[in-house]
Amino acid sequence: MANLIYYIAAIIALVSITLVFIRMIIGPTIADRTVALDCMTIIAISLIVFVAYLTERIIYLDVAIVYALISFIGVIAIARYMERGI
Amino acid sequence: MELFGSIITLIGSIVLLLSALGLLRMPDVYNRMQTGTKATTLGTILFLSGISLGHPECGCLGKILVLILFVVLTNPVSSNALARAAHFAGIKLTDRSVKDDLQKDNMEKNEEEK
Repeated sequence: MANLIYYIAAIIALVSITLVFIRMIIGPTIADRTVALDCMTIIAISLIVFVAYLTERIIYLDVAIVYALISFIGVIAIARYMERGI
Repeated sequence: MELFGSIITLIGSIVLLLSALGLLRMPDVYNRMQTGTKATTLGTILFLSGISLGHPECGCLGKILVLILFVVLTNPVSSNALARAAHFAGIKLTDRSVKDDLQKDNMEKNEEEK
């Protein structure tokens, strides 16, 4: 029962990552695409932790931490670029 | 306990779905940024804590706490920097917005410099 609810939650997260990807494709400006990228990364972190639970490998949590770090640095870099150029 | 954790995870994934819907339907960049940051932060907190509550025996509570803390600390910072950069890059607000204090402050600052 609990496993089934976990799977349903993961499927809902997958659907939401698809919706955000649509916004990333049609987004009119660069800021829209960056917001969509940020949102996609955070949902992907949740999914990585779910995969770590599914395969019972704790090492995948490190992947999630590094992914969050890289996403943060990437968004800050794009914001700097938009504000005054490189 | 496992059922409790799975229900919290389900609530978190529904919050993530709502944030994705808001990201699709909101009218301009700043509104999208609000849904894309606040709702995803709450959804991620619920999702991760639900997984770690459902399986306390796996020994992953510390790393998940570090991950939650990192998301909570960095998500508002990055969205704030992005909103400021978008405002200075000249991206228009939607027609229905009523107040733009940053633009007013910038105009006052420019007049003082002159």
